[in-house]
Amino acid sequence: MEPQKEYVLRTVEERGVRLIRLWFTDVLGKLKSVAISPAELEGAFEEGLQFDGSAIDGYSRVQESDVLAVPDANSFELLPWVDPSEPTGRIFCDIKNLDGSPFQGDPRQVLRRNLKAAHDKGFTFFTAPEIEFFYFNNANERKPLDNAGYFDLTTLDLGSGLRRRTLHMLEAMGIPVEYSFHEDNASQHEIDLRYTETLDMADNIMTLRLVVRKIALDAGIHATFMPKPIDEGQGSGMHTHMSLFQGDVNVFHDPGDVLGLSDVARKFMAGILYHAPEFTAVTNQLINSYKRMVSGYESPVYVSWARNNRSALVRVPIHKAGKASSTRIEYRALDSAANPYLAYSVILAAGLKGIEDGYELPDEAAENLWSLNRDEAKTVGLQRLPQDLREALDLMEESELVRNVLGEHIFEWFLRNKREEWETYQRHVTPYEIERYLPIW
Amino acid sequence: MAPILLFPDPPPPELIQSLDMAGYAWKAVANAVAAEEYEIHDEWGGAILVADKDPDAAFSLARALKKRSDPISNILILINGGQLNQLELRDDLYDDFCLTPFHPQELHARLNHLFWKGGQGTRGNTISYGDLVLNVETYQAVIQGRPLDLTYMEYELLKFLVSHPGKVFSRETLLSRVWGYDYFGGARTVDVHVRRLRSKLGEEYAGLIQTVRSVGYSFGQSRWGS
Repeated sequence: MEPQKEYVLRTVEERGVRLIRLWFTDVLGKLKSVAISPAELEGAFEEGLQFDGSAIDGYSRVQESDVLAVPDANSFELLPWVDPSEPTGRIFCDIKNLDGSPFQGDPRQVLRRNLKAAHDKGFTFFTAPEIEFFYFNNANERKPLDNAGYFDLTTLDLGSGLRRRTLHMLEAMGIPVEYSFHEDNASQHEIDLRYTETLDMADNIMTLRLVVRKIALDAGIHATFMPKPIDEGQGSGMHTHMSLFQGDVNVFHDPGDVLGLSDVARKFMAGILYHAPEFTAVTNQLINSYKRMVSGYESPVYVSWARNNRSALVRVPIHKAGKASSTRIEYRALDSAANPYLAYSVILAAGLKGIEDGYELPDEAAENLWSLNRDEAKTVGLQRLPQDLREALDLMEESELVRNVLGEHIFEWFLRNKREEWETYQRHVTPYEIERYLPIW
Repeated sequence: MAPILLFPDPPPPELIQSLDMAGYAWKAVANAVAAEEYEIHDEWGGAILVADKDPDAAFSLARALKKRSDPISNILILINGGQLNQLELRDDLYDDFCLTPFHPQELHARLNHLFWKGGQGTRGNTISYGDLVLNVETYQAVIQGRPLDLTYMEYELLKFLVSHPGKVFSRETLLSRVWGYDYFGGARTVDVHVRRLRSKLGEEYAGLIQTVRSVGYSFGQSRWGS
């Protein structure tokens, strides 16, 4: 038996773990869990845990609906909020077919496959997300807990207490936090995770979402990662910093370049920019996602890149002098409701395509893009990101790249599911319409 | 258990590897003075003196360790088969010997036997540093009585660091010794895991793992002023 598995089994025994939660993620990015007793764990490692996948979003198939959840021993952690007298562990699973091959509908397997493609070229893909979310008194009233703003030090308020407890939990689970602070909007918070390899990061994001919600819920508060929960002010993004390493070398860095950016970094960025409109349905998957992506609210609108221009889609942060290893780019369209496994897969694949096919990086966006009107943008030749989910789906449907990255199974299911979502929305008469039209027309 | 004294400094790589794999803590010394300096802080669990290169130096250290008011027990001599005559009339200077090139399993068997005779249990199954105790048999780590919930790689990294207090390791060394040479991730992986370990050690103990600027990492307070 591999030492990692033996280690987990031994820990379970020594710590008297009572319950092990097997975690996996559906295609829409919702966390799923099935609990087993410690006695079942060894069998799960060896043979996987068989279950009916047809009830999971995106897993459904007409025949052979049974799949296997195979725990990934590297991801075992004890849940720090559980009563210590009844220790409970969690472990992420890869979903496999009964014959042991990777299951096409499993987002974690999709990311594994795409990371492997990068590994085969010698690259390790590091990511560090900035995750934004809101606290509300409850899900119906949407009452913020405070009226503070960016970086405000809100002593004694409920929100910062919740955030502090959340950080403790994350750190205890080996998820290091780089920064956390009060964001721009009332009751909006941000937690920045320290970079790590991307499979771990996607697991960490799933864990973070659960921890944030759980800690809030214990205090009777509703935490939400909905991209745009209130009309005014900015929504919740998940800007992600990225870099590619070859062994110990950050291949995004070139000391001889004006921006410190290598040719590889430029091509990677070019790939992302070129394909961004096609994969936006994946990085911004809700109807609500597109209400965040409007001018002026810290969210990109145009396909563009720039150094210190926060209206750009890809930003190149200035790194501290002498810190070559921290050369990176930041993708700013991603929102907090994305499925991280799928979102990081499409971004990585687009970047790699740029490197492989030698894409050329367009000129840097010089001005504040939020101040441009429609005609000005057109004159400069700026392409807009899709403005709603329907447009994003139309663009995705035509994309060879996204089809290859996600695999046929998820690609087809995702489009079908999201088209239905759009149609349901189209039939719905919103309060906005009633308010605006009913009195007049 | 207390670390094993190794001579010479640096010891042969195959000896280090063998002890690391078995989870023994060790500390290399160049001479009797260095051995005594260490004892200001901690005692020795035993000693392995490699005598095949420089028998005179090794036996002179063995003499210093045995012929003093508080002699060290459990001294194992490593010597080449062609040098067995060196052992003559020196029976009082060592407790057992093992021929080089040694077989790791034989080395472990002899150490087990020595420690059993010395009443220190059949194996060196715990490594400790201050409030931190690692049990290499049960894979458990405890700090000030509080269990640490570590992943396998976090545990292996901590075990390695705790076994070599005060010593500075480059990321590359840690990567090759803890992860193995075939690991793909690169030295950045080490930074990621060190950060995770510090998280779990908690604020009070996070400083046990020190970043040595532009070199790598070291564990604990340096006991050697280096």
